[in-house]
Amino acid sequence: MSFFNKVLFLVAFSLSVTNSHAALTIEISEGISSALPIAVAPFASAGAPVNISAIVNADLERCGYFKMMAEPAMPSKPNTAAAVNFNEWQAASQNYLVIGQLADSGGGQYNVQFQLFDVYKSGQLLGYRMNSSAADLRKTAHHISDLIFEKLTGKKGVFSGRIAYITTTNLGSKKQSQQLQIADADGFNPQTIASSVEPLMSPSWSPDGKKMAYVSFERKSAAVYVQTLATGERVRVAEFPGINGAPAWSPDGTRLALTLSKDGSPDIFILNLSTRSLTKLTKSFAIDTEPSWSPDGNSLVFTSDRGGKPQIYIVPSQGGDEKRLTFSGSYNARASFSPDGKNLVMVHGNGNDYRIAIMDMSNKSINVLTSGHSDESPSFAPNGSMILYASQKGGTGFLSAVSIDGKIQQKLVFNSGEVREPSWGP
Amino acid sequence: MKLNKTIIVLAISAVFLSACSDTDETDAGLTDGSLNANSGINDASTTGLNKGYGMNDSAMNGNGDYASTLGPEFNDPNNPLSKRTIYFMLDSSEVMPDFVTVISAHSQYLIANPSQHITLEGNADERGSREYNIALGELRAKSVASMMKARGVSEGQLNVVSYGEEKPAVLGNNEAAWEKNRRVEVAYQPR
Repeated sequence: MSFFNKVLFLVAFSLSVTNSHAALTIEISEGISSALPIAVAPFASAGAPVNISAIVNADLERCGYFKMMAEPAMPSKPNTAAAVNFNEWQAASQNYLVIGQLADSGGGQYNVQFQLFDVYKSGQLLGYRMNSSAADLRKTAHHISDLIFEKLTGKKGVFSGRIAYITTTNLGSKKQSQQLQIADADGFNPQTIASSVEPLMSPSWSPDGKKMAYVSFERKSAAVYVQTLATGERVRVAEFPGINGAPAWSPDGTRLALTLSKDGSPDIFILNLSTRSLTKLTKSFAIDTEPSWSPDGNSLVFTSDRGGKPQIYIVPSQGGDEKRLTFSGSYNARASFSPDGKNLVMVHGNGNDYRIAIMDMSNKSINVLTSGHSDESPSFAPNGSMILYASQKGGTGFLSAVSIDGKIQQKLVFNSGEVREPSWGP
Repeated sequence: MKLNKTIIVLAISAVFLSACSDTDETDAGLTDGSLNANSGINDASTTGLNKGYGMNDSAMNGNGDYASTLGPEFNDPNNPLSKRTIYFMLDSSEVMPDFVTVISAHSQYLIANPSQHITLEGNADERGSREYNIALGELRAKSVASMMKARGVSEGQLNVVSYGEEKPAVLGNNEAAWEKNRRVEVAYQPR
């Protein structure tokens, strides 16, 4: 009985702590015209190995909401509140100013403090002091970015988040191999959690961010695995004849929706992860695949070609009426809900172009957000403001992000190989 | 290694007292909680994340072109057994008439050699979503399998797998590449 066969992976080598080179470079290709002018003055670094203010500057710049002041243009570089002269920042047309400094507390620990000022009101909006180990300084910088972002936009920041994606090296050659990687939201700290010469697909984060479900063909046929990120422990949860694909966690983390074709045509099933019971949710003779849960767990959307072409359908998670949701466009697939449940994002095909589109659940209107020819695998940021997706140009796969109104575009340039199937972690 | 982070709201001079006390409370509470959570996640995942899986062992290597070792008929361009790829139209799993001869030839070989097994590997071009393409590749492989069964091949000789768009035969973002990737490969398994 190989179902739920447990594979334990033991620690074979020591921890490398400061593996923080970038796998991805993120370029902002389009921002909003109302971007807020803000200056992040270089922090006094106390010899720290990480340039915190540069990371905060880069985070705020690539999110598209801010117009960053270049360092050479700054009238001064204060590190303390006492050294701030608001008049000169007003004269430089800056709305906000961030200052900060690090102190070496010994033993590889740093004390980091920063303050955010409203330049025109000549007052402080935020001020924090935090301790951080040298190894954790990047995380501390992203946390500072999150605090500033939330204070100024009212939305939760996503700079401390992580993304998962699949990279291919030696694409198309006999040496082709796939890696499932997890990196910080800015592409730093890439770590391979699974690697295979056979395809790896469809990474899906558990709602608590501690586990990853994915599809691996490592045994020459498709199987779904659940891997615990902390321990590396891995469980094979589905290996039936035919397709074992498209895993999607229920919002409460207790069940996985899956595509299985063991009974003939691909259908959506729900696997209870604790009881291991399997429930068949859809029963059409057509292709049913790519399930995704509503945030309240009461329903799932999925792709079906039962009407002749792939379109998005919705079904109650307890089973019941399967209703078609999309009627515009000849191809709509791989839908998922926004965190507030009000929108669906999907791959929208018309003719030879496959683009990312968002659908308003209240009136079913579809808004195409991207302009590529082969855009796929859209994934919402946890705060619902951006959508990460895979794109292609000149045969190279890369990741992009777009705001839900389509106004902010980012391109994430991968340094080597192809990158696809991004998934924004919780 | 517990990376303990503490947060203290800066008590800044009277100049900035306009950010009054309830703001400070909110900020301190929020930040404290989320930072503690952060350091917990960081400890756990960094340790685990460095232990990835390597699955590049010999079981994963392809079996090469085993069929070419079965006999001269598999290498004779005039013999349909030398053709082991069946191509499809866009978003279709219907076998085109051109390939019926090829499928019939492999069926006859399998009937004559009942201990021979094959895997029908379904594939799709890169357009559209990846999991939908897995389903499409499987439909294509199953179309070929049902034609072989109709010709008398035993079900036990046939294995079906779909790789969707994950194993392109040809790289490229044009119809010339796409039409070569919408295919089923007849892979003879070593006996």
